[in-house]
Amino acid sequence: MVRIIGILIGLFFSGWLLVSFGMGAVEYVTNPPVETAEHEFHKEAKDISFTSDGPLGKFDRQQLQRGFQVYKEVCAACHSLRLVAFRNLEEIGYNEDEVKAIAANWAIQTPDIDPATGEMSSRPPLAADKFPKPFANNVAAGAANNNAIPPDLSLITKAREGGAPYVYSLLTGYQAPPANLPKANQPGPGLHYNPYFANLNLAMAPPLAAADMVSYSDGTKASIEQMAEDVSAFLIWSAEPKLEERHQAGWAVLAFLLIATILAYLSYRTIWADVKAEKKKKSSEA
Amino acid sequence: MSFPWAKQYTPTTEFGQWMDKQLPLPRFVYNSVGAGYPAPRNLNYMWNFGSLAGLFLVIQIVTGIILAMHYAANSEIAFDSVEHIMRDVNSGWMIRYAHANGASFFFIALYMHIARGLYYGSYKAPREMLWLLGVVIYLLAMATGFLGYVLPWGQMSFWGAKVITGLFEAIPFIGKPIQELLLGGFAPDNAALNRFFSLHYLLPFVIVGVVIMHIWALHIPGSNNPTGVDIKGPQDTVPFHPYYTAKDGWTAGLALIFFTILMFFMPNALGHADNYIPANPLSTPAHIVPEWYFWPWYAILRAFTFDFLFIPAKLLGVLAMFSAILVWFFLPWLDKSPVRSGSFRPKFKVFYIILVIDVLILGYCGGAPAAEPFVMISQLAAAYYFAHFLIILPLLSRLEKPEPLPNSITESVTGKPLTTAS
Repeated sequence: MVRIIGILIGLFFSGWLLVSFGMGAVEYVTNPPVETAEHEFHKEAKDISFTSDGPLGKFDRQQLQRGFQVYKEVCAACHSLRLVAFRNLEEIGYNEDEVKAIAANWAIQTPDIDPATGEMSSRPPLAADKFPKPFANNVAAGAANNNAIPPDLSLITKAREGGAPYVYSLLTGYQAPPANLPKANQPGPGLHYNPYFANLNLAMAPPLAAADMVSYSDGTKASIEQMAEDVSAFLIWSAEPKLEERHQAGWAVLAFLLIATILAYLSYRTIWADVKAEKKKKSSEA
Repeated sequence: MSFPWAKQYTPTTEFGQWMDKQLPLPRFVYNSVGAGYPAPRNLNYMWNFGSLAGLFLVIQIVTGIILAMHYAANSEIAFDSVEHIMRDVNSGWMIRYAHANGASFFFIALYMHIARGLYYGSYKAPREMLWLLGVVIYLLAMATGFLGYVLPWGQMSFWGAKVITGLFEAIPFIGKPIQELLLGGFAPDNAALNRFFSLHYLLPFVIVGVVIMHIWALHIPGSNNPTGVDIKGPQDTVPFHPYYTAKDGWTAGLALIFFTILMFFMPNALGHADNYIPANPLSTPAHIVPEWYFWPWYAILRAFTFDFLFIPAKLLGVLAMFSAILVWFFLPWLDKSPVRSGSFRPKFKVFYIILVIDVLILGYCGGAPAAEPFVMISQLAAAYYFAHFLIILPLLSRLEKPEPLPNSITESVTGKPLTTAS
């Protein structure tokens, strides 16, 4: 009885799926899906590597500091970094006094309550504070940016398909729209063509428009590519500050497990030796 | 298991005898995973995934309990509390990555364990109850995995919760109330997050309970084996300890090596980038996909694109998706072939390999965007999936002529007939 009911249900599901397949196939042939311009013109992220890549990857602290400088002098005007605190900058090589100075001189103030009156007020950030947001809220952010809210950058290299190479590609990928771009996909007012962006046009104006927008203290030449690479590396750190710790711990755990597993394997061989010997006799007899 | 040749537990110390009289816990352990449990001598490496699933269940529970000490189940701060774990809690990143990737390894072990059971006929008499309990564990694990993915309250958490609870909406009349009951509102919000957290903490312990029954049910008939032939004498068996504890032990190390590589060197490879964006009810991600271990079922859900008479396609898809797993509950009675092991069923073997490839194809399509040609491919693959369990297996048990079975496990291993001394 179970089998008869089962066969009937099976015939229904499988049959209807085959009919659906047939109808879908007819539709597919008679009315093939048109390739969208987003699909045709969209480019995969550029091939670029960072020192933090791979299981042995480490941060280049000099580069992270350069990247932080780009964030501070260019990106921070619009993009928040709300999950990172000033004190975290010690992890990329600044000492305590430098961190205090960076916090105290930050262009945006940290909202607070006036200790005397209880009124809303603001004060210069302290090392323990997270980076203050450039806009009080999303409405203010949208109003100042043609209704496009600049995303928070703390996790951006983990929150985008393609990671840091995508960020780098986006920063360096602005260009004039190609001649054969359909009219519907031409950048409208306030939009900028960038083939690395999923729908080809984004509201952010090219942030690294010219070389030497920042002047690096370590003497590195601030080309657009250099600045983009440095800030992308900085954003890998901001998204995954424990990356180096993770890689180190991974190798230690792996070394321990390899030894333990080899020992466990050898004891397994020893314990099974008598049973396996019986089995070997069979193959030698045959 | 009460084979007459099973070694008996005899406490040697005075304390052991005293303990055995009052609470025979050592005897219980001895008889379930010790020398008192005779296991077939010919179990191959496919038999290692049961204990491996158990190991990863323990890892999930331990890491999960620690995460719960630092996580806040409130839609305002849940996302930031996860980042607090990643940045400020000592070794919090390790605990969280172990938990997120441990779920994947738990499911890998479950899928291998299920595939083993399907091939070697472990669901057949006298092990039907063992199989049924296993399916219950799998269903509970899926529910737990889904609930857990919602907790970080990222974009994919939110929209996954919306899509999956939205499935209930397809049920006529009572669907909408059920969805609202599950969510505690009209859309996922704080109420949903709170109850999801509560249930995500509860269900693993329910799983542990069913696992205990699963192992209990295993010990009544004892383990199946690659020949599918019953144990006939002491020569067919080896004591579980030290033989299988040693074998499970070293493969556990091997599995942990793979686990380490994944969680320390590519911890986000199986995740989705969108879940690092805080949940935003006003912005729908371009592709809403569940975690990889749901992909085959997600493909079946999306394979139904046309209404059948008065039944809407969405309802058909929901029914089919649940049926695809529920059919396993009827498997022992759908496949009536008296031969357990697929090794001696020449035609079954072919269909089994097709099924494995078919489920892999379904999995690939389930993770791909809902566009052609993936929908058409999933329709064909889903059609085979149902045909395999509901049409092919019932007919095959009548039509197929199995190959001759070995007389005993010992004969199949050593080539010499079993000498029955007992």
